[in-house]
Amino acid sequence: MEKYDVLVIGGGPAGLAAAIAADKNGANVLLVEREERLGGILKQCIHDGFGLVRFQEKLAGPEYAERFIDVFNQRNMRALTLTFVTRIRKENGSFFVTLVNTTGVTTVETHTIILATGCRERTAKQVMIHGTRPSGVFTAGTAQHFTNLLGQLPTKKCVILGSGDIGLIMARRLTLEGAEVLGVYEAKPTPSGLTRNIHQCLHDYNIPLHLSTTVTRVFGQDRLTAVEISKVDDHMVPIPGTEEIVECDALILSVGLIPENELAETLDVKLDPRTKGPAVDAQLMTSVDGVFSCGNALHVNDLVDYVSESGEIAGANAAAFAAQQKQELPIAVSNALLYAVPQKLNLNADNSKTVVYFRSRDVLDNCTFLIKKDGETVFSKRYPFLRPPEMERLLIDFDSFHLSAQSKLEFEIEVMNK
Amino acid sequence: MNLTKTNKKLKESYGGKVTASLENNCIVMRGHLEKWSDVVSACSIAATKYSTIHVVNDIVCDEAKDQPMRMPEIHDNSLDGQKVDVLVIGGGISGASIARELSKWKLNILLVEKESDLALQASGRNDGEVHPGIDLSRGSLKHHYVRKGNAMYEQVCKELDVPFKRVGQYVPFDQAWLKPFIWFYCQWRKHHDGISDTVMVSGEELKKQEPYLGDNFRYAIYNPSSGCVCPYGITIAYAENAVANGAKVSLNTAVTGMEVQDGKIISVSTNRGTVHPKIVINAAGVFSEEVARMANDRFFSIHPRRGTNSILDKKAGVYLRSITSVTEFNTHKTHSKGGGILHTVHDNLLLGPDAVETYEKENTETHKESIAAVFKKQKKAVPSVNEKDIITYFTGVRSPTFEEDFIIEKGRSTKNIIHCAGIQSPGLTTAPAVALDIEKMAVEELSKVQKVEKNENFSPIRKGIPVLREMSDEDRNKLIQENPDYGVIVCRCEEISRGEILDALKSPICVPTVDGIKKRVRPGMGRCQGGFCAPLVTKIIAEYMGEELSDVKKCADTSVITYGKTK
Repeated sequence: MEKYDVLVIGGGPAGLAAAIAADKNGANVLLVEREERLGGILKQCIHDGFGLVRFQEKLAGPEYAERFIDVFNQRNMRALTLTFVTRIRKENGSFFVTLVNTTGVTTVETHTIILATGCRERTAKQVMIHGTRPSGVFTAGTAQHFTNLLGQLPTKKCVILGSGDIGLIMARRLTLEGAEVLGVYEAKPTPSGLTRNIHQCLHDYNIPLHLSTTVTRVFGQDRLTAVEISKVDDHMVPIPGTEEIVECDALILSVGLIPENELAETLDVKLDPRTKGPAVDAQLMTSVDGVFSCGNALHVNDLVDYVSESGEIAGANAAAFAAQQKQELPIAVSNALLYAVPQKLNLNADNSKTVVYFRSRDVLDNCTFLIKKDGETVFSKRYPFLRPPEMERLLIDFDSFHLSAQSKLEFEIEVMNK
Repeated sequence: MNLTKTNKKLKESYGGKVTASLENNCIVMRGHLEKWSDVVSACSIAATKYSTIHVVNDIVCDEAKDQPMRMPEIHDNSLDGQKVDVLVIGGGISGASIARELSKWKLNILLVEKESDLALQASGRNDGEVHPGIDLSRGSLKHHYVRKGNAMYEQVCKELDVPFKRVGQYVPFDQAWLKPFIWFYCQWRKHHDGISDTVMVSGEELKKQEPYLGDNFRYAIYNPSSGCVCPYGITIAYAENAVANGAKVSLNTAVTGMEVQDGKIISVSTNRGTVHPKIVINAAGVFSEEVARMANDRFFSIHPRRGTNSILDKKAGVYLRSITSVTEFNTHKTHSKGGGILHTVHDNLLLGPDAVETYEKENTETHKESIAAVFKKQKKAVPSVNEKDIITYFTGVRSPTFEEDFIIEKGRSTKNIIHCAGIQSPGLTTAPAVALDIEKMAVEELSKVQKVEKNENFSPIRKGIPVLREMSDEDRNKLIQENPDYGVIVCRCEEISRGEILDALKSPICVPTVDGIKKRVRPGMGRCQGGFCAPLVTKIIAEYMGEELSDVKKCADTSVITYGKTK
């Protein structure tokens, strides 16, 4: 079974930063990504404005992601893409993570886990929109996927509910694609998105923003044909009599993001009902030792720069945590050996294919190299002769010896009596 | 009920605007009323529960005028001139199960469904409960079939490879004084109606089995024979098995008229040409009255009743392992049980349905009032259920007669039609048993004009699409080795692989729409409701069908998803 110090779940901006930071801090890292390519949601965020804090540059989403992917690749780090985590089991301080991909079902062992699983969008049903179930009801992210990744226009004339940033970005994006954005409706009395997006995405394109107004109903049997909008009171409850029908072919929702913590919950990680992410310490470790959280899975961020920052914090601390967890077992070497490499084993690492190099101190004929655990021989190999100038190499499966921190491990050379 | 008395009562209530008269062994209601709710009340006054003398509603209702059936977009001649032995109208659980049972015989069977998929109306908008029959009295067809149907479920679901769980149902009570009456009720059910497995359980036992039920409950009726099934899953499975055994299914096909001569249907016209059947099965749900009318055999009326169900996140699945249904004594007499909470075969919780009379047979819009009413009631059973856990909700329309019983019989005036009408709760439970009886009736009728032979090649076994998320790692690994597409997860919430989606596209009744795939293998059924996977599923469908992305539809032909390429 493969063993890692740090396993990062999610290859978006948080996961990439976390993996790189963990690697820089000496950890053996595996990054697991569900999709075909690294970059997470940034892949579909083709607008600019990413990286102002971090790089003092205005980058497009894919460009921002590329900076991290480049570092990731330069450091020869390992990522499994198109790979899905189905289950995590905690046992004896280690995590056993079951992965599914085109090669099959595998389980890897890791000391620490970084949850960089991002967030998902709230749906129409979660904001209690009633009426028919036509096509043409999209979350902003879904509309963005269709537009930017698949090159398909999801609407010609739409209403956007919610003034979250993705909704505002999509208002501009769809306008640029020739669609008519009739308005952005926001149930709250103030906009939800960044002020710069209100200006750059709505004002600059004369898209009206209707505050304290919400969509209450959708119409259309097959494709959406209209929505009903209503004014809401101070408690965001629709005011009867203020209904108005707006004809359109799509309703695009930007009504909030929910950190994705379903995997965390299977590990009994405690969530904060306010952030809907795990409750963490300053090292971003959750209530479960060895499980870290970062990015939008931890809490919904508005700038990717801070997502990366939290990834780095989680990555560095996960590496440190894993290092503390190292269970070192020294290897004693008898006098007959000049030296042997390695000198110690990390019992928490994969030691099943360990290369051992050694030299004998003197010229020896007809001898046996021995590995002893607690005085018992667990491995032996006969040599007709051993000479100090000639290095010997062995491939040893130390895991098969069932070593523990209390074990006494020795390399010896035994000379046969003639 | 005595007709004179009925008319007296109608006069009292509606001041002579409505009358009842006995014609051809039917109670025909005539007159003029503004509101549909009055029509329902008037007809209910004239109707006798479970009677075979049915109320036929000819009352002109201002509110309910002009409700034409929605027609499929497509018009072609693909079925024109076809001679079939059996024409089944309706691709719900009734039509699909009947087609499957009839496929045991060497017959030319055609099932037509006006929607773009099977089980798109009541059968797909059902709560999926397999009922124990506790609330049905002897003398009704519902009672006659419910025990038989219930008992068949293990076998049928095994044959059709459909998940079925006999989870049991609790009807909890908090009133101590009622206990002797409930005990008596159970005994009476046992001895009078043959519902022998029903028992009473103590509050302690109840709490042990269902710890999240309200603390106020002191005892409960327990019906161990209750179960749950995926209602559209079993409908599709039945139809697929029918097709595998030689039956044909034509979707997007609506019956528009019939030519009837000398008490016999000669031909049936559809939007896809005229079909010449020897026998017609009316399994048209809310439109079964219209089909009967076309066949000159209208002796009953349907009064649609809608119900809304909510589906909760799987996380809420822990709140209930079985089915629970609280009884409210203060409510008016209700015909459908008024819903409950059910732990579905997919491990979600389902709440509902409610029951609201409507004249709109095809209006499946949802209303916030329905959701609120269902939650208000069901929170009494399980206080932990919360609207915040809702991931979706949907409305279906039931098709009851005013006698509130099924109509399972040969035509009264027209000889070559068999009605499977008035199907409402527990129609899903009864379907396997009803289908066997209708099979018998149809074979008997056909035997009068031709020799009906056994289909030697009939196989009752259908192999469903593998559900990888439920497999052991070993089995899953093995399948992925054989087909790496099973290792590519497309729907993260429900853990559905590309391989399973492709299997659905290759299934015997391919419905290459986003909803068609969703019904068969569940991408989009989870908490993100397709937010992440809808574009991916759309792409897989387009690639498989060799179409443009913009050609892929959500459901019906006009439910376009995108409008073509961006600039």
